[in-house]
Amino acid sequence: MNPAVGMPVPVAISLLMAYGLTITPLPELVAPARPEWVLLVLIYWSMAFPRRVGILTAFVAGLFLDILQQQVLGQNALTLAVALFIVLQIYPRLRVFPVWQQAVAIALLVALVRFLQLWIQGATGFPPDNLLYWSPILTSALVWPLIYHLLRDARRRWLLHLT
Amino acid sequence: MVLIALALMALDHRLNQLQTLRSLLATVAYPVQLGVDLPIRAGRRVLDSFSRHEQLVMENRLLRSDNMQLRARQLRFDALQMENDRLRALLHTSAQATERVQIAKLLAVDLDPFRQQVVLNKGRLDGVYPGQPLINADGVIGQILNAHWANSTALLISDPGHALPVIVARTGLRSLAVGTGNPRRLNLRHVPPQEDIEVGDLLLTSGLGGRFPADYPVARIVSVEHQPGQPFLLIAAEPLAALDRSREALLLWTEDAEEDPEEPVSEPPNTSPEVRE
Repeated sequence: MNPAVGMPVPVAISLLMAYGLTITPLPELVAPARPEWVLLVLIYWSMAFPRRVGILTAFVAGLFLDILQQQVLGQNALTLAVALFIVLQIYPRLRVFPVWQQAVAIALLVALVRFLQLWIQGATGFPPDNLLYWSPILTSALVWPLIYHLLRDARRRWLLHLT
Repeated sequence: MVLIALALMALDHRLNQLQTLRSLLATVAYPVQLGVDLPIRAGRRVLDSFSRHEQLVMENRLLRSDNMQLRARQLRFDALQMENDRLRALLHTSAQATERVQIAKLLAVDLDPFRQQVVLNKGRLDGVYPGQPLINADGVIGQILNAHWANSTALLISDPGHALPVIVARTGLRSLAVGTGNPRRLNLRHVPPQEDIEVGDLLLTSGLGGRFPADYPVARIVSVEHQPGQPFLLIAAEPLAALDRSREALLLWTEDAEEDPEEPVSEPPNTSPEVRE
């Protein structure tokens, strides 16, 4: 087996925590603005280990998210895979961006994901007709520096030897 | 990968072919849901244990008097039930379907904020089946959407994809209560302007459609509006059960429901719930 594949334990743990955060109950007012935790975590690890965390990881992770959120199976799988495909194209540039500039790129990615999801929901059922639907774009960009620093510290502590 | 995803979505949405995969994955997801639910539940319990002694005594007293009254009413109910049975026998109509209920806990997890769905801690192991009605002490909550191995997801009556056949208790007028996405609002469809319907009218399940047994309270009308030019009235109703605040729900089994839940019931069965712990 290629030594550069396989998911390191801290990656799996951070993903699990992201799932937890995704379904943690929030007050009704702020619930629509919940950041796309799973997407953010996936983006970070894909930037760090582009050969380990890629489209397939995103697909499986998205499938699991579909189940957790009771969406049509494949909705998150498709959108997360597309987002990670883009990340894999631009990760060398993303890596050297300052954090705030990364956050802008993240916002664009989240916007794309939300748009694709809206499309799928429109085709399969009841699309939300609320402007709040787009609020995760902003909140995701806002929490990105936090995610970035947390996961970078985790990577430096436990995964320095990996590529 | 895109093709696989599209195929998955088509299979799931159009053909409902993926129930087993969905159930399998949902069983894997259950620990995550429990992991989120447990700390919150524990926190509530800690808060409960800090509530003061006097408060508990007060509450106990209240519950006891409540219980008294309910029991007294139950006595009358039993008598009425017997009388009803006798009259039915005289009329040679079909006997009433007996019903059984079980308490399920709503897990403290959030799903898609734009859908109205909840996760329950009872699954196929407990005999839960898709389409099963879900009520609480105040009224109808929703129905089971997917029954997994140890948990299940339910669609609330306020989901925009849910429609519930109802009758107005006062006049017997039939209508459909459609969810709006707002847990405190249902809309009534297809009521012509000349119908007799008022603010404050109680809506009951009609039993048409066969999913829900008849005569369970659903909602109360809060506004009736007629816009000139529109063929039907704009009617809003507020569900009696607090859909966004309840932590527990009752699963309802009717005796003949498991044979064919799709088949409309010709004779709406009357209700005689027996609580089973």
